[in-house]
Amino acid sequence: MTTFPWLTTLMVVPLVGSIVVALLPKARTLLAKQIALVVSVATLVLTVLMALQFVGDSVEPFQFVESHPWIPAFGISYSVGVDGIGLVLVALAATLVPIVVLAGWNDVDDSRGSVKGYFALILVLETLMIGVFAATDVFLFYVFFEVMLVPVYFMIGRYGGAQRSYAAVKFLLYSLVGGLFMLASLIGLYVVSAQMTGTGTFDFLTLAGLNIDEGVQKMLFLGFFFAFAVKAPLWPFHTWLPDAAAESKAGTSVLLLGVLDKVGTFGMIRYCLPIFPAASNFYAPVVIGMALIGIFYGAFVALSQNDMKRLFAYSSMSHFGFITLGIFVFTSVGQSGSVVYMVAHGLSTAALFLTAGFLMSRYHGSSQISDYAGVNKTAPVLAGFFMIAALSSLALPGMVSFIGEFLVLLGAFERYMWVGALATLGIVITAAYVLRLYQRTMTGPLKPELEGMPDLRGREITALVPIAVLTIVLGLFPAPLLNVINPAVDRVMTSIGATDPAPTVTGAALEQPGLPAEGTEQ
Amino acid sequence: MSALATAVVSETETLFTAPGINYYAIAPILIIFGAAVVSVLVEAFVPRRARRPVQLVLVIGSVLAALAVVIDLRGTRLITGEGALAIDGPTLIMQGTLLIIALLAAFLMAERSIDPLGDAFAPRASALPGSEDEQEFTKRGYLQTEIWPFFLLALTGMLAFPAANDLLMMFVALEVMSLPLYLLAGMARRRRLLSQEAALKYFVLGAFSSAFFLYGVAMLYGFSGSVSLVAIADTLTAKPSEATLVAVGMAMLLVGLLFKVAAVPFHQWTPDVYQGAPTPITGFMAATVKIAAFGALLRVLYVGLGGMRWDWEPILWIIAALTMLVGSIIAITQTDIKRMLAYSSIAQAGFILIGVLAVSPAGLASALFYLIAYAFTTIGAFAVISMVRDASGEATHLSKWAGLSKKSPLVAAIFSLFMLALAGIPLTSGFVGKFGVFTAAIASGATWLVIIGVVASVIAAFFYVRVIVIMYFSDPTPDTASVVVPSAFTTIALAAAATVTIVLGIFPQPVIELVNQAGVFIR
Repeated sequence: MTTFPWLTTLMVVPLVGSIVVALLPKARTLLAKQIALVVSVATLVLTVLMALQFVGDSVEPFQFVESHPWIPAFGISYSVGVDGIGLVLVALAATLVPIVVLAGWNDVDDSRGSVKGYFALILVLETLMIGVFAATDVFLFYVFFEVMLVPVYFMIGRYGGAQRSYAAVKFLLYSLVGGLFMLASLIGLYVVSAQMTGTGTFDFLTLAGLNIDEGVQKMLFLGFFFAFAVKAPLWPFHTWLPDAAAESKAGTSVLLLGVLDKVGTFGMIRYCLPIFPAASNFYAPVVIGMALIGIFYGAFVALSQNDMKRLFAYSSMSHFGFITLGIFVFTSVGQSGSVVYMVAHGLSTAALFLTAGFLMSRYHGSSQISDYAGVNKTAPVLAGFFMIAALSSLALPGMVSFIGEFLVLLGAFERYMWVGALATLGIVITAAYVLRLYQRTMTGPLKPELEGMPDLRGREITALVPIAVLTIVLGLFPAPLLNVINPAVDRVMTSIGATDPAPTVTGAALEQPGLPAEGTEQ
Repeated sequence: MSALATAVVSETETLFTAPGINYYAIAPILIIFGAAVVSVLVEAFVPRRARRPVQLVLVIGSVLAALAVVIDLRGTRLITGEGALAIDGPTLIMQGTLLIIALLAAFLMAERSIDPLGDAFAPRASALPGSEDEQEFTKRGYLQTEIWPFFLLALTGMLAFPAANDLLMMFVALEVMSLPLYLLAGMARRRRLLSQEAALKYFVLGAFSSAFFLYGVAMLYGFSGSVSLVAIADTLTAKPSEATLVAVGMAMLLVGLLFKVAAVPFHQWTPDVYQGAPTPITGFMAATVKIAAFGALLRVLYVGLGGMRWDWEPILWIIAALTMLVGSIIAITQTDIKRMLAYSSIAQAGFILIGVLAVSPAGLASALFYLIAYAFTTIGAFAVISMVRDASGEATHLSKWAGLSKKSPLVAAIFSLFMLALAGIPLTSGFVGKFGVFTAAIASGATWLVIIGVVASVIAAFFYVRVIVIMYFSDPTPDTASVVVPSAFTTIALAAAATVTIVLGIFPQPVIELVNQAGVFIR
């Protein structure tokens, strides 16, 4: 273990970058973009350097740990550290930010907010995204969780579409409602810890080690889960998402759906399960029910959308259903699958939104599916990337999303066969709306209005290639991802006292380093 | 002097039965009161041209001197003036905060660059609105320097109010604080009828609530034979059977105090007065009256009526819930920024009441922290309002704030900071304050009150955020106000308020330690 403060550095670099960008003269827009790109790439490089030093099978629950007292009066400390789950999500955020900067190069002009403001906000958001995944103090997590709303709120409200103000306020209020109930639970947790240990604390490991009374757990769980369910979002707390996604710039949508919404599912697996194990068990049937409804509701509504961005939002909602399902079936396969799914969904969402954004920028910014047809005739490269994004979204084998979806379904089958069987049907609908979208926009005769539409330029291709490469490479070779995730998931499983159900068919499961021993004994 | 103070402390501890007056301990009150008297003389004898600079020096000097004494008194814990004044940790914290806020308010009142006609006050409050006299006075550039003696007198009352340890002293302090404020509220240079209406309403309702307070004092005196809070508390323990008289007296006392903190249902005056009063005065009184009145309320409840806790707790519980909900909900419908902040201040009073209702040292400390955080944010917000103007004066209608971020990004950003702090977003002082009162209340078992508080916070967030929406997400219209560049006075006040709002949000530990060390009320 090094003593270098990796995670703090990762947060400070974009923060400093954003201040520099914000202080630039208004006219120096090109310089602002260049600085934003350099800073975000530097952060990515640092993240990779850090990830290389991550020890996959470490006995320590968290690595790259730093801890300094912050508000000792309330037992609050600045404590950061990552386990495998945190690491992959930090990496996801650090990967997507430079891509978003590059892809959104010409997305904003000076008409509403300043150009530099947009890129400064992206960099602030990067700091907060890394912080939220790295925090090991629950209070610190909450602070990042809430403060994150502010830059996103401005990104939607200042730079979004016609209904941007409505969407931004709706997003903020929904999130605040969730966040404030989490605050109430958080304070309750602090008071409980003060009663049980004598001194109140927000340290995650201490809190997870407490054996909180089951009735209290059930109360406190609700506050946390509600906040995460709004964030993720799960049915029926999802109505802010389509508006926010539809009114945002493509880059904002990528960060919002690709990374920020993961905070919800991340919170469930990191905080809800280990701190409130008994309550998690108690509520699991309800949550699984919500997840199943979300899978189908999202998919069916997506099927009927004529607006691409709304379609992606509802499709994401369906995917979040899968992720939540994987977490709450309490099998290590399912939970590993959920984490892989989070990464996969981040990548596929980025690909979809960015390609759609490039497409829309070529035709008056229209996001209506019916405005497009036969695009592959005039812009074959764009259509090609759109195809990869679409296939990644419907979890074609060979894509990383397939690994995630497959493991989640496997985990569900292990625990409750009927749930797994039902959820599998969701894939069929996903295939239907994704392929239908591709067919309607990209194939068929070219619409006359689209004649002469230019294909993707170098900058746009540069932004999309890394996503496509990661999607396929991790899809074919997921071991690095799983090696990092599995020990963390095992720790979650231990903390909730869940064991994998004994498989009834030998050798059916994927060969996985992290599978518990009893699976292989039989 | 400090050595003297400590000597007196030990003396009063040994000779507890006959405490004399410890002049140094009450020096902050005396300094301000003395300055107020001198200030009246300045009005009488100093030539008109020289009055403003002389008054300013006097005000700033006396406030700073009083503040220095308060800081020097830290750790003092004694009762003086035959039991009339209690100088203890909470008193000193509130006095210190009051003095700093008063200094910032004095800066706002002294501002002359914002309004092309002069300052925020009518050249002669006696001139009929719209009359030829008034135009003549304005043309001659008269300034009303009588605001300064009023200001100092009000501050005297405020300093004494949280220190008052018997009910008669408390009543005197209440009146000394209130009467000058009624006058100051009626002195606005622009929209004078609105301002005079505000003053009259404030006066009539305030006098009414003072009468309630006084009647309550009489009842409690009838019960215990004393106006001292300690004596009342002792009598309560000695003969709890005569609770009816106490209950009636207590209810009337609470009406008087809850009126001053603007708790529902005694809040009706707030929006009119906040809207009509000159903006520097609105900021001054929104921040300081809240501190002083909560100080008195806390002392009455914790020291005097602690034995009646089971009687006042349910009532205040309902009042706190109503205050938060009514304040937040009505604020949503407001279209005038000053009225909106008035309802916001009502809602904030409800949040502070949560801390009061924790009835624990943690509750007291959290309420103190909340008051400090709230005071700085509030005075900052009103400083911004005084700068946003159009041809007719301050542009308080929200529609005139549309697209303000285009015209003045920095001011819009600072105002957004204040709004986020009032909404309780993390990394601002308002969040730490809310966190403190919620924590204290949950630890005392008032979980449901906290849940109501959370719901009210969400409602409140809506209207705070709406201002940001208007400033940032709307395009400027021809009606959009512009931001006047103020002189150093307002700039300093604004910078101080913004700095405190951020610092208390990110590094609250020193102030939390301060309020925790303040300990409980002396009795």
